[in-house]
Amino acid sequence: MSRRPYVRKIERNWWLQHPRYVAYMIRELTSLFVGLYCALLAIGLVRLAQGHAAWDGFVAAFSSPPGVVFQWLCLVFAIYHSVTWFALTPKAMPLMVKGEPVPGKLIVGAHYVAWAAVSAVVLMAAGV
Amino acid sequence: MAKSNKPILWLPFAGGGLVAALITPVLILITGILVPLGVIHLNYETIAAFAHHPIGKLILFGAVALPAWHAAHRLRMTAHDLGLGGGGVKAACYGTAWLVILVAAGALIAT
Amino acid sequence: MSETITLEVLRYRPETDSEPHFQRYTVPYRDDWVVLDALNHIKDNLDATLSYRWSCHMAVCGSCGMTINNEPKLSCHTFLRDYRGGVIRVEPLDHFPIERDLVIVMDSFMEKLSGVKPWLIPKQEKPLSDGEYLQSPAELNVFHQYTQCINCVLCYAACPQVGLNEDFVGPAALALAHRYNLDSRDGGKGARADVVASNEGIWECTFVGACSQVCPKQVDPAAAIQQTKISASVDWLKDLLTPGAHR
Repeated sequence: MSRRPYVRKIERNWWLQHPRYVAYMIRELTSLFVGLYCALLAIGLVRLAQGHAAWDGFVAAFSSPPGVVFQWLCLVFAIYHSVTWFALTPKAMPLMVKGEPVPGKLIVGAHYVAWAAVSAVVLMAAGV
Repeated sequence: MAKSNKPILWLPFAGGGLVAALITPVLILITGILVPLGVIHLNYETIAAFAHHPIGKLILFGAVALPAWHAAHRLRMTAHDLGLGGGGVKAACYGTAWLVILVAAGALIAT
Repeated sequence: MSETITLEVLRYRPETDSEPHFQRYTVPYRDDWVVLDALNHIKDNLDATLSYRWSCHMAVCGSCGMTINNEPKLSCHTFLRDYRGGVIRVEPLDHFPIERDLVIVMDSFMEKLSGVKPWLIPKQEKPLSDGEYLQSPAELNVFHQYTQCINCVLCYAACPQVGLNEDFVGPAALALAHRYNLDSRDGGKGARADVVASNEGIWECTFVGACSQVCPKQVDPAAAIQQTKISASVDWLKDLLTPGAHR
């Protein structure tokens, strides 16, 4: 009897076929908005180097309605990135103390503390 | 199998992911909400003075360059997941990241 | 008439079928039956031509993995009661060729598994008369979860990267490589790195995490692979700074 194994090819829309793959794809898509915001920051640095008037123009541009809407989108995805990134840290960087694993919640929690601290420092530096 | 040089791409991806997670949301909070609402005012002299200081330059560069690389690498992987592989996608993703990084570096050197 | 439940089983008989198709079977519903019991009922009473693999019926042998309602599962570990009132769709595991019905071709996995040398490679071989390679409970604790793998390949069926690139070494094999790399008695990390740290090894992984979610033995291959990425990157940096001094 001859063998004739049947090979199924993965479909291009595989990521739509299970909720966990959709969640993964959203997580990966956060990078688009992180990247776009980095581009905005790079433009901001150029405008800063060009002097006072250029900087004020840049501030006016990102404070305009389209600029604000774009940044709201970026913020939602950036926060989703932070949350998903921190959630995975215990897997990538498990800690052992005295032969016992440190609970994952502690490692994630430490990242949230660091997130709050960095945010507070940046806000104070920005003049809040 | 050949020894892989993927760490060149992956280390800044992982570092950029952490930096983006820690600092990008608060930056957007400032430029996207607090400044437009008038809660804070991004004073030109203060920002320029910060960007003038070597440590300030380093912080600003890290906050732009590392997340930019992170984004490029992840987008390239995602494109592959969607069946869009090949050199064109690779060049577009990393090329754009390099452009953002070099523009930021040039601007900071000029400040 | 007593309660029944319907199974929709993917059939593929290479001598007659050009492609797989679903066949419906109605079997008695019983609270304490698992999907494997229903398949055995079909095989014994309804259709003796149905082919599938099983052995232990207690989630130890790892041979009865199937896709059950779009989820990779051990059929001996999946109760009918969780699908009561619905139809249970049973398919062979994704990302493997179908040999016949629910039987997959596992040759590629076997090659990948042996490729990562999942056995102890002592730092220094010692004669039998010198006794065992000793290990403390704390040293065992470091890798213990990874020893639970039963090679059921549910993780391969769940991993999209396995489906997108058939050469990807895959979750279970990389997790087992990590298990031996973490073993205090082992010195084989360098020998495994040729496969583990290659482009087809850890670097194909994008941390989807599905492998760990579907594992019936609570092994965490996704964690193993990310840890290996970090350690391989450190080794790569060391090699860059002091060429030839490592491995």
